[in-house]
Amino acid sequence: MSAARWAAVALLAAVFLIALAANLFAPAPYAKQFRQDLNHPPTQQYPLGTDELGRDRLSRLLYGMRISLLLAPAAALLSTLLAAIVGGAGAYIGGVWDRLTNVVINLFLSLPWLFLLLTVRALLPLDVPALTSVVITFALLGTLGWAASARIVAATVRDLRNSEFVLQARASGCPSLRLLLRHVLPNVKPILIAQFWISVPLFILTEANLGMLGLGVTEPLPSWGNLLRELENYGALAHRPWLWAPLISLVLVMSLFQFILSGEEYAS
Amino acid sequence: MKAGDRLIGSSAEVRIKRRSSPCVLLVLIAFCFSACGRPAQTTGELRVTIKSDPKTFNPLMAEDDSSDIVRYLTGGVLIRVNRKTQENQPELATSWTIDENGRRITLNLRPGIKFSDGTDFTAEDAVATLKAALDPNLHSPKGDAFRAGGAATVEAHRKDKISIEFEHPIAGLERLFDEIAISPSRMAGKADSSVVLGPFSVGEQKAGEYVLLRRNPYYWKRDDSGHQLPYLNAVRLYVLSNRDTELIRFRQGDIQLINSMSPDLYEQLHSEDASAARDLGPSVEPEELWFNEVRKSPLPEYKKNWLRSRNFRRAMSMAINRADLARVALRGHATPSIGIVSPANRFWFNQNLQPTPYDPNGALELLKQDGFRKDGDVLKDKAGHPVSFSLITNAGNKPRERMGSLVQQDLQQIGITVNFIPLDFPSIIERVTRTFNYDAVLLGFTNVDLDPNAQMNVWLSSADLHEWNPAQKIPETQWEAEIDKYMRAQASTLDRKQRKLAFDRVQEIAAEESPTIHLVDKNALVAVSPKVKNVDPVVLTPQTYWNIEYLSLGK
Repeated sequence: MSAARWAAVALLAAVFLIALAANLFAPAPYAKQFRQDLNHPPTQQYPLGTDELGRDRLSRLLYGMRISLLLAPAAALLSTLLAAIVGGAGAYIGGVWDRLTNVVINLFLSLPWLFLLLTVRALLPLDVPALTSVVITFALLGTLGWAASARIVAATVRDLRNSEFVLQARASGCPSLRLLLRHVLPNVKPILIAQFWISVPLFILTEANLGMLGLGVTEPLPSWGNLLRELENYGALAHRPWLWAPLISLVLVMSLFQFILSGEEYAS
Repeated sequence: MKAGDRLIGSSAEVRIKRRSSPCVLLVLIAFCFSACGRPAQTTGELRVTIKSDPKTFNPLMAEDDSSDIVRYLTGGVLIRVNRKTQENQPELATSWTIDENGRRITLNLRPGIKFSDGTDFTAEDAVATLKAALDPNLHSPKGDAFRAGGAATVEAHRKDKISIEFEHPIAGLERLFDEIAISPSRMAGKADSSVVLGPFSVGEQKAGEYVLLRRNPYYWKRDDSGHQLPYLNAVRLYVLSNRDTELIRFRQGDIQLINSMSPDLYEQLHSEDASAARDLGPSVEPEELWFNEVRKSPLPEYKKNWLRSRNFRRAMSMAINRADLARVALRGHATPSIGIVSPANRFWFNQNLQPTPYDPNGALELLKQDGFRKDGDVLKDKAGHPVSFSLITNAGNKPRERMGSLVQQDLQQIGITVNFIPLDFPSIIERVTRTFNYDAVLLGFTNVDLDPNAQMNVWLSSADLHEWNPAQKIPETQWEAEIDKYMRAQASTLDRKQRKLAFDRVQEIAAEESPTIHLVDKNALVAVSPKVKNVDPVVLTPQTYWNIEYLSLGK
């Protein structure tokens, strides 16, 4: 691994540690409203200023990162696993199962997700703690967001199933399980990893959009997604550049992930 | 001036100038200079926005905001509620008398009036329109209030005199005519606002884009110097649902007036052009919070007991810092509510009511009376349940979302956990009106009519919109029975003082029992381009162009 990649790993690890230990680094509780200091510019007391309710932005960013960095990858992992199981298994077995898998994937892709999520949220109880609602939100995203990845996984597995080296292995009597574990899965792995990392920012942003409909992380809990909502106020961005902090941190973390992973892929 | 004549600045005037001798020209120039003092000329197209395509151009069927704006701008009415003075003023009816103990109104019609197609307006037209409004088969929302008077007889006595006699008296009857746009008798009940008695008629519509209203060349009103109104040639109503885009187009000069702005957008505009952004003070649009008091709701029994307790509701009211809601959530463009009626409703507001103090300790004392106690930082009821409830509001409304967060922290101070959840609007309506699966809701309302009669559908315990516990067969509480009594009392007398006394009592009971916690009265925030002349914004709808006849465009 190059020095640059080591530096990226170190930086990413630092971001994770800081986010995980948000309660140690945050200057104030994330929900505390300093009502006399609304929209305060950065000072020693408020390093990133305060928001429209007087809450310390840096504290909210740290706690928001913690929630998003833990739960978005968890949801992405769930959806990638589902994609691998549904898309991969159907395509690997082939025949009717492959066609059936295709039908299910197409059905999932054609569903109006927004309305489905609204319906699901309507069925859930209202009086639940904010943390529970966060877990529910990301679990929903993970459970429902696997179809696009599954289509890609299925196409890859289908190609592999018909590839010459797999046919040769099968002809030479290689058992199905060994074929799957030794020949197919290693070739699907980069696809799964890519799908996982594509899903992470996607889920973070989807959570932000769902927040607009009351389906995301609820107040007063911060998340990267609901912090990004402040960028809607584009009129204020020029005068208050510190509002870019959530976006810059998101881009930075995602870039670090990509940088580290692309290096891994090239190496492999 | 005859119909079709053009005023100063028109092409007709240019033609006259070309044929004139120098002497005549001098007179004309002098005339032009004298005309400069006049408010306006018949030129220009005013551009404003509506949130959606009007669902109907039939003024009797207008229910949504957009249709109602078209109705206001095109409809000629017998009696108008002046949006500035809040008093009734003669329009197509020059005078009226109410007799038979309030069951009969006789209206004298203005003579010599023509529809926008040049046909004469007669008593027959007024009778046919009113009959259509009263027709139960048409289901006109504008006729609902009239139909409350039972069976009615509408008659034309002369060409310029009509009367309506109801089975029962209707209090505040005159004000109801403000909503009834008179159509030609041949179109009564199926009018489309193309032939009207108002200042404009519907000229063109492009679905999803705009509605174009053209000047009524036969409009009957004239200004002080005898010029026929309206001054504008047309009004274009752009269909635009996004309020941010509306402000951008205002800045670009595409639109000239904005009737209602959020505090955030107002602040943005104010920082750029203080003269264009105007804060008109308290409006009649309160923000309120109420608890679910429906007996058959799916909430657990212990929670129902909290929410149905007067002490609990009053404690919540005392624990919320209304001044902070106005200052923080609405950027200072709101006033803490005193009661269920905004001070902007000058006549009906009960001046004797005192504001609810912000007093968390007083709130805790009240809660103690019901057996609640603090256990560390958590408030618990007498059975040991931690006090926690959900508060829903409509997602996307930033000031309301901020209010929810502030309420959440205020109640946290007395040990109550509020799970604040912005939801999509249809889900809220479903929960509040059908499933009753909610604890508390934070919403805002617009009172389109200042008269308490218009609020019968909210305050009567049997009403479907009785927010906290709708459609009760018999009043479930003593105080709701009292409110019913006073609301009916004010509706059944014509004596304004008696009505006021009865409605004052309703306001007092509502303050004592707090079935709805009125939080703040939002200020009316509007935007006015300096190009528009004679604008005199008011807090009632339509705020900036209620006097559309007198508006004109300068350079």
